[in-house]
Amino acid sequence: MTTDATTLVTAAGPSPGSRMSRVLRIPRSPKIIIGLIILGVFAIFAIIGPLLEPYSPNEINRSWVKVTCQYGPYQCIGEINPVTHLPGTQVPLDVPLAPSGAHPLGTTLYGQDVWSQLLASTRPTLVVAFLAGLVATALSIIVGVSAGYLGGNADEGLSLLSNVFLAIPGVPLLIVLASYVPGADTSVIVIGLIVAVTGWAYGSRVLRAQTLSLRNRDFVEAARVSGEGRLRIILAEVMPNLLPIIASSFLFTTLYAIGAYVTLAFLGLAGSPTSSPAGPWNWGIMLNQVFDQNAVNTGYWWWWLPPGICIALVGTGLALLNFGIDEFINPRLRASGLTRKAARREGIPFRSTLGFTPVISESAGRGHVAAALAAADDGAARGVR
Amino acid sequence: MSTTPRPTPTSAPVTSTPREAEPVLEIRDLSVDYGFGADAVHAVVGCDVVLRRGQVLGLAGESGSGKSTLAMAAIRLLRAPGVITGGEVLFHSAAEGADGSHESIDLLRAADADLRRVRWSEISVVLQSALNALNPVITIGAQFDDLLKVHRPQLTESERWDRGVQLMEMVGMTGDRLRSFSHELSGGMRQRAMIAMALALEPQVMILDEPTTALDVVTQREILEELMGLRDRLGFAALFITHDLSLLVELADEIVVMYAGRLMERAAADSLFRSPRVPYTYGLLHCFPPMHGERRPMEGIPGSPPDLRALPTGCAFHPRCPWAMERCRKETPALLRLDGSGREAACWLHSGEATVPAELDLPDPANRGPRPAGERDPVRRATR
Amino acid sequence: MRFVVRRIAFYLVAAWVAITVSFFLPRMVPGDPVGAALAQRTASGQCDASCVKAIQLEFGIGNHSTLLSQYLQYWANLFHGNLGISYFESSQPVSSLIGTYLPWTIGLLGVATVISFVLGTLIGIVLGWRRGSRLDWVVPGATFFQAIPYFFLAMVLVELFATILKWFPNQGPYDISQTPGWNLGYIGSIIDHGLLPAVTVVLASIAGFILGMRNQMLTTMDEDFVLVARAKGLPNRRVVWYAARNAILPSVSNFSLAISLVVAGQILVEVVFSYPGIGFLLFKAVVNHDYPLVQGVFVVIVLVVLAANLIADVVYAFIDPRARQEA
Repeated sequence: MTTDATTLVTAAGPSPGSRMSRVLRIPRSPKIIIGLIILGVFAIFAIIGPLLEPYSPNEINRSWVKVTCQYGPYQCIGEINPVTHLPGTQVPLDVPLAPSGAHPLGTTLYGQDVWSQLLASTRPTLVVAFLAGLVATALSIIVGVSAGYLGGNADEGLSLLSNVFLAIPGVPLLIVLASYVPGADTSVIVIGLIVAVTGWAYGSRVLRAQTLSLRNRDFVEAARVSGEGRLRIILAEVMPNLLPIIASSFLFTTLYAIGAYVTLAFLGLAGSPTSSPAGPWNWGIMLNQVFDQNAVNTGYWWWWLPPGICIALVGTGLALLNFGIDEFINPRLRASGLTRKAARREGIPFRSTLGFTPVISESAGRGHVAAALAAADDGAARGVR
Repeated sequence: MSTTPRPTPTSAPVTSTPREAEPVLEIRDLSVDYGFGADAVHAVVGCDVVLRRGQVLGLAGESGSGKSTLAMAAIRLLRAPGVITGGEVLFHSAAEGADGSHESIDLLRAADADLRRVRWSEISVVLQSALNALNPVITIGAQFDDLLKVHRPQLTESERWDRGVQLMEMVGMTGDRLRSFSHELSGGMRQRAMIAMALALEPQVMILDEPTTALDVVTQREILEELMGLRDRLGFAALFITHDLSLLVELADEIVVMYAGRLMERAAADSLFRSPRVPYTYGLLHCFPPMHGERRPMEGIPGSPPDLRALPTGCAFHPRCPWAMERCRKETPALLRLDGSGREAACWLHSGEATVPAELDLPDPANRGPRPAGERDPVRRATR
Repeated sequence: MRFVVRRIAFYLVAAWVAITVSFFLPRMVPGDPVGAALAQRTASGQCDASCVKAIQLEFGIGNHSTLLSQYLQYWANLFHGNLGISYFESSQPVSSLIGTYLPWTIGLLGVATVISFVLGTLIGIVLGWRRGSRLDWVVPGATFFQAIPYFFLAMVLVELFATILKWFPNQGPYDISQTPGWNLGYIGSIIDHGLLPAVTVVLASIAGFILGMRNQMLTTMDEDFVLVARAKGLPNRRVVWYAARNAILPSVSNFSLAISLVVAGQILVEVVFSYPGIGFLLFKAVVNHDYPLVQGVFVVIVLVVLAANLIADVVYAFIDPRARQEA
């Protein structure tokens, strides 16, 4: 999040009554639209991805490559030895295939189809990211809003809790948790929860600040004085005004979560589809395999570029959406319409600097303005507005 | 009302009446928009305001009337997306040049360097919230220092400090406050510091944009008295912007009333108060009870100020006006001089077509002739 | 002064929480990963008798001391600087391992973070001040850059500069043919090897600083005192300084978040470049199930980060006079 919560206070302008209309009034800024498009595309792929896979991501088909496994047939990764019924562990010796008709993104060094792996990875990666984002946001709401609203000792205690989690560096804690907690290498849910535990603190601090300011507003006071229960006040009066901040916090946390998950997978801590028990495919584990096999140095760009670009794209989509919402929350960040482009479009010579208001009319006589006034009057008389 | 137990400064009385003094700031036909092109909102339309030397000119109106926009635009201090779309703002300096001539400069067309030179040394500004107007991370003294370093480069550091102390004492604070930060001062003290800074270079014009609105009533009174005392001593002209007409009645020599970006009425202060000529002014005046004089029934103005993006046709006030005529709906009245007086009003009621309602036809105290010795105007309080 | 004392107390609490978590975690996890790993190690002969004894003492396996006494023993060890013996690294004490690896991280992280912060802040100030100018293209660019994971960027840079162009080496802290010491060859090779990892860290983190500072500048420029500074006729430089001096405050108060992200990135960059820093050590320890090492490294990382946070808090108290008041 790039805004200081305390400045959002006056700009957000809460309203007791018209919550619904405020909530649904999503501004049409290009950032938000592009962000939504990117995320929408990935969401679609997450849903239908596994159906689109031309091949199973683990599959090695001997007809694709000259597969020569070092220790004999059926010893390669992804194959089951028909005699011993054990999974193969060897890496085929032959060079992975470059992109071609059969394999739009080529194959990995293990002889697996990259495009299938990419598709298979989309869903788990996004699921973990959004699950972690949701849980973390929920935690930050519970802790932050309670701390802000209740005040006193509850505030002190909860603030201490969130500050401690904020101060302890997230990724080292994540690494330690992931290496100890069972199920981290197989279950998407467990990893999601671990990531959430390390990522909720910042959001709670922002929400606490905003809740503190809302608490003193008249409409909350009025509700309190009229005897509404605390929980009801929080849910019905305070929360609707926090929605844009909650949305921004969710996006920021999801951005963090996707980075954290991919990091864990890259370090080999989130399980692997080729281990037993098998973990889910994800972009991080693809990159882990790339790194393992030193593929970067050998130039198999079709293997490691796609997952990285996917991560960057999803991250960019989230960040753009987040910026768009930040601009909505904090009107100072919005372009006020007086940009160079707009000036050029209107054919006006222009410079915008703080403290030197531009003067765009060269004519300084009464005639000009009087004519404009007369025209306005005519227009008004004709009912044009 | 409370009075501060402080001796008022003695001063030589102002000899020429403010009305006849020379203009120091002439705003002619100023128009200001927010935004460009078709979506532009006309915040100020064709306004003429003349501030004379030594005069206190009050600029009154509701929020959204354009009064702050007008003043800020006049010195090119308006924030984006404000754009000045027409007019000129002439500053006539009293200082004599080498050849004895007086400089006049159009602020709207001046070069940046000229604007920077004129700003603060000739025209200074006091804004509403001094907490926001003072840099929170450096001391008050440092801000004085910055100012003096730029405009009085010949002073040494200790001379600058002494000047700072002198200015603080002028507004009733001690010199050691220069070492404070803005958050360590109370609201009233901050505003005094702001005023001291505004006076640092002995400007010819001071623009005050709602300087006391954010303060409590007692502090308000103190600050205003302070201000008027300084005005008497130093002789600067002041453009005082406020929504509170009752303040202006005591402070101002002349008052201009704005509504929806246009001027509605201009008159001497007690003329305006005693004998408003425009329905809007009449409505405003009946919102506050006077402390003295006969009691009157209180009436507000029905309705609310218009959205500048969707102004009514013709006169912007006509939907709320109890004396609106057909013509008011169709044509916008221009600000015209009323016969036989120095006053101006923008209202079709004075065009001769209809009879002027009695409320708008009260006798103008300016026409009464000189007041008999010893009689004090019950309205205008002695603030000097 | 009260402010600083309160912050120190807070960081002590945070350190205590982290250390306690790191102590309890391996013991709370079902399946006794410690015992299993220990058994595996002794079986494969990687842990000799004295090593086994040390671990038993540390983790309380084999003797039936209570959890509480183990906990207290752990703290006693900590205060003696005894972080245990590593399983994997030929029974070396953890503290000496950390002592060898830590300086590389501080060197790389320190230099890279400072450069990134200074450059990012300056660029952010310029972008905020000149909003609407031709420089605005930097904003969407930085947004995209911010989303690129550190290690991916590292891999791209390695591919480009080490593999294809062969300008820089792709792993190690320095050329092993050089003798360590204050000689030009050694120092030169340190820079040579450190450049690519440092550039990766800078590039990956600078976007966040740029965008954050830009937004803070825009918010600050909306304040009246900047307009008044302009109205006072102060020179351009001074007006920008008025704004920037205030805009930078949230950067410092958000330092804990920033450093968390940079530490995360640093770990990844070290892994990709095989740079022998503390992140690389943590990674190796985790992969090898070297529990004492994992614990020890985690504790040290947390302490270093908390110390950095404390320094940032002290700096903040210096630059914001309002902070000193609300003790």
